[in-house]
Amino acid sequence: MAEPSPRAATGFGTLGGWRLGLVIVLGLVFSVGPLVASTYWVGLLTQMVILAMLAMSLDILLGYTGLPSLGHAAFFGVAAYGVAVLATGYGAGFWVCFLGGILIGTLLAAAFGLIVSHVRDVYFLMITLALGMVLWGLSYRWIPVTGGDNGISGIPNLLAHAGLPFEGGVPFYYVTLLVFTVCALVMRLIVRSPFGLTLRGIRENEGRMKSLGFNTWLHCYVSYVISGAFASVAGVVWAYYNGFVSPTYLDLTASSELFLMVTLGGPATLIGPVLGATAIVLLKNVMSAYTARWLFVLGVVYIAAILGAPRGVWNLGRRRSG
Amino acid sequence: MTYLITQTLNGLFSAALLFLIASGLTLAFGVMKIVNIAHGSFYMLGVYVAYTVVLRTGSLLLGAIVAILVVASVGFVMQRFFLRRFGSDPLAQMMMTMGFALMFRDGALMIWGGDPFTLQYPDLLRGSLEAGEVVFPLYRLFVIFVAALVGLGLWMVNDHTLVGARLRATVDDPEMASATGINVALLSGLVFAAGAGLAAFGGVMGGPILGGYAGIDFDLLPLAFVVVIIGGMGSLKGALIGSIVVGMIDNFGKALVPELSYFTLFAPMVIVLALKPTGLYGRA
Repeated sequence: MAEPSPRAATGFGTLGGWRLGLVIVLGLVFSVGPLVASTYWVGLLTQMVILAMLAMSLDILLGYTGLPSLGHAAFFGVAAYGVAVLATGYGAGFWVCFLGGILIGTLLAAAFGLIVSHVRDVYFLMITLALGMVLWGLSYRWIPVTGGDNGISGIPNLLAHAGLPFEGGVPFYYVTLLVFTVCALVMRLIVRSPFGLTLRGIRENEGRMKSLGFNTWLHCYVSYVISGAFASVAGVVWAYYNGFVSPTYLDLTASSELFLMVTLGGPATLIGPVLGATAIVLLKNVMSAYTARWLFVLGVVYIAAILGAPRGVWNLGRRRSG
Repeated sequence: MTYLITQTLNGLFSAALLFLIASGLTLAFGVMKIVNIAHGSFYMLGVYVAYTVVLRTGSLLLGAIVAILVVASVGFVMQRFFLRRFGSDPLAQMMMTMGFALMFRDGALMIWGGDPFTLQYPDLLRGSLEAGEVVFPLYRLFVIFVAALVGLGLWMVNDHTLVGARLRATVDDPEMASATGINVALLSGLVFAAGAGLAAFGGVMGGPILGGYAGIDFDLLPLAFVVVIIGGMGSLKGALIGSIVVGMIDNFGKALVPELSYFTLFAPMVIVLALKPTGLYGRA
């Protein structure tokens, strides 16, 4: 397997120029920003961090394995619903909700993975889209459990629920940042491991990987489950952040926004999705303050992103690597 | 028994609409490998354009003609100026159609407002057909009939004309087709435009019953995708069988277990994918 420099491919290896500057600025904003920002901005930063985690999880699948999932919001949403149902319906404690949410999302990924792991490319896209919409339909119609269109509100505050002696947006932000950091490091470990390199090999040339003796089905399956597991973590945190879940978490718009975050930022870089998530959350909130036509603007952003930076902002002016 | 017959006819009506939508989707996929997220939007635009025309002229026929022409042109422009340049990159194309879907949704809200509406029934087709205890609206029968005609027409074109032969050649192997002198780029544009027009026509046909509202685009899209997945991507015959399967299951599902609608589509999809990953009539 000719892999000249796995470091370059992860995006952290060849820092320099504006990329280094961007990382420093973002690092500063995300580490000390909440201490000086207003409540509104702390909320936005929290959203960015959670969605960055979610976008990174999709990147394992989309960027590294080359499997374009258009139903990834499903795991996020189902995990969030898991927390909501456990907390409000059964009055479960923090650890039950936290682990339960992750477990539900991961089990779902394990089940869906069996169906999708042998299809590739556009077929994968279409089937994951359909599976995601099936779940959306369930969340929308299965009113006794999900509350239908009204969603479920009244998820307890994370810090109180977990019995931590803090309250408010800023401590919650740092808890989120901690979860994010742990997840990001584990994901980085995964994509740089031999397993991660195999995934990249499958993306580039599955036939060759097969003839080298790799079980490509199993690798794709495991990649799908891992990706779903991290998405579930993000979903659990989001449920606590918002205190409310609704079907819009897992609809097609959510899944494709996620897709946009990864492709806009730069697939197969892990840091690209963070940029993408930050940019989209920022754009969404700033734009909706000025115009009611936010959806239209988002549509233009999709098209502009594909025309202007087809391989993502992080890869601008870079030769194709990894 | 009466219930069964009525529900079956209702299912066939859904199948007819689905066929109008999915046939264009599956053809565009066959020729261009494009996953068109904006396909539901073509349906939606069709209803809205027809609505405007019907308000002015009172003629559903005229509305249908204008809707087909307008939406087909929109599709042609989209394919020609935005999608074609990403011919080799299905992900970029998909993102592009997603962007268009959002713009169409919001644009429709901007132009027509957010109030839901239904198109007027044509005078001739008001009322219903009664056979014993079964009472069935005439208009629904008409739509089933029209969709069957469209299906027949598509089959004739596909199997018995030169254009159809070129189309099949392009679906089979675009590069070879291009090498034999077929203008694949033009053909792709025409197929995409025709698919858009068909979806718009579906919108007009469904208009008097399902009506138009912002959001109908994404409500119908997953159904159309399931049709294409079950039937096999790129196959007209598959779209026909898939529409009937999905129309029936969706309809009976909604009648019997309303809280699981959409989810009832899960089972047939998984069964088909497990037995034949490329769909009933699809080729890998």
